[in-house]
Amino acid sequence: MRTAYSAMHMSDGLVNAPTSLVFGAIAIAGLAVCLVRARADLDERTAPMAGLVTAFVFAVQMVNFPILPGASGHLLGGALVAILVGPWVGAVCLAIVLAVQALLFADGGLTALGTNITNMALIGVFAGYGVAVALRAVARRSRGGLVATAFVAAFVNTVVASLGFVLEYAVGGSGGASLGAVFGLMVGLHALIGIGEGVITAATVGAVAAVRPDLVYLLRGSRPVLVRRAAPAAGGAA
Amino acid sequence: MNRRFLLAFLLVALVVAGGVSYLASSSPDGLDTVALHGCTENGEQLAGTCIAQNAGEHATAASPLADYALFGGQGTGGLAGIIGVLVTVVIAGGLFWTLRRRTPAGSASRSVRDE
Repeated sequence: MRTAYSAMHMSDGLVNAPTSLVFGAIAIAGLAVCLVRARADLDERTAPMAGLVTAFVFAVQMVNFPILPGASGHLLGGALVAILVGPWVGAVCLAIVLAVQALLFADGGLTALGTNITNMALIGVFAGYGVAVALRAVARRSRGGLVATAFVAAFVNTVVASLGFVLEYAVGGSGGASLGAVFGLMVGLHALIGIGEGVITAATVGAVAAVRPDLVYLLRGSRPVLVRRAAPAAGGAA
Repeated sequence: MNRRFLLAFLLVALVVAGGVSYLASSSPDGLDTVALHGCTENGEQLAGTCIAQNAGEHATAASPLADYALFGGQGTGGLAGIIGVLVTVVIAGGLFWTLRRRTPAGSASRSVRDE
């Protein structure tokens, strides 16, 4: 029997059944709200973009990067999706990634899908989006401002999402380590992972903004200062 | 322009999942590191006391894509990743395309809303 432990997301059994059920219910309710709100952000231009952003997050999550000897991290993607396609669509993107990973790739337990969705698709996305909105004025000022905003939002989304696990462990953890140790290790390790998350998110958002700033959700409604070629039509008539 | 951008984006995802993924660190990630804290991996067994000892066998461990390998084959991670990208883009793209707002006939489909 295979007992060696390797997974990228929470496995089954790390928290007890009632806790899994509660966070499963939270995930379903949260996703239902996101699905309803997502419609307003989806049109024939943004829907294909959202599909590809989902596939991109799946791909990049496969690439674990080293953070310490014997420890690695991978993209969670909360700020990335929130900045590119908005928080409502973005949460659905990450939920699809987590469902595909759990169902097809045996990555992340089935009973842990609710906790994984709560942590990464809900907490992570909205933490990242909150920071991005708070810094929106900076993001809209210049490409550098946008890239810096993406980095900070991604760092925060990683650390805050890791606190989701601490919360779930506090509510109904199956034991094996003290809550204090779990808190310290989760925050410490995810602060390091957050730097990698920030770099990947900043590079991705910067690359999309360089060629298609109109597809960056966070820049919607701002004047096209980032589009150099599309100079505003001169003239004061009308 | 839009189609070219989307194809380029898909290509990047395929290259990352199908190629760059071979460079991935195989060390446990942040959450795994915490779950394994207190244990030493002794072959297939976990010695000591840690959270990961409570982890159950995965319900879909028999999936042909389990653990990012095709039928458990060595070195098939890239292929598994490419399949994952294609499955993900079909599911997500299909869902989002179905949910999208239909622009009324005659209105400019490229207009940018600014609400």
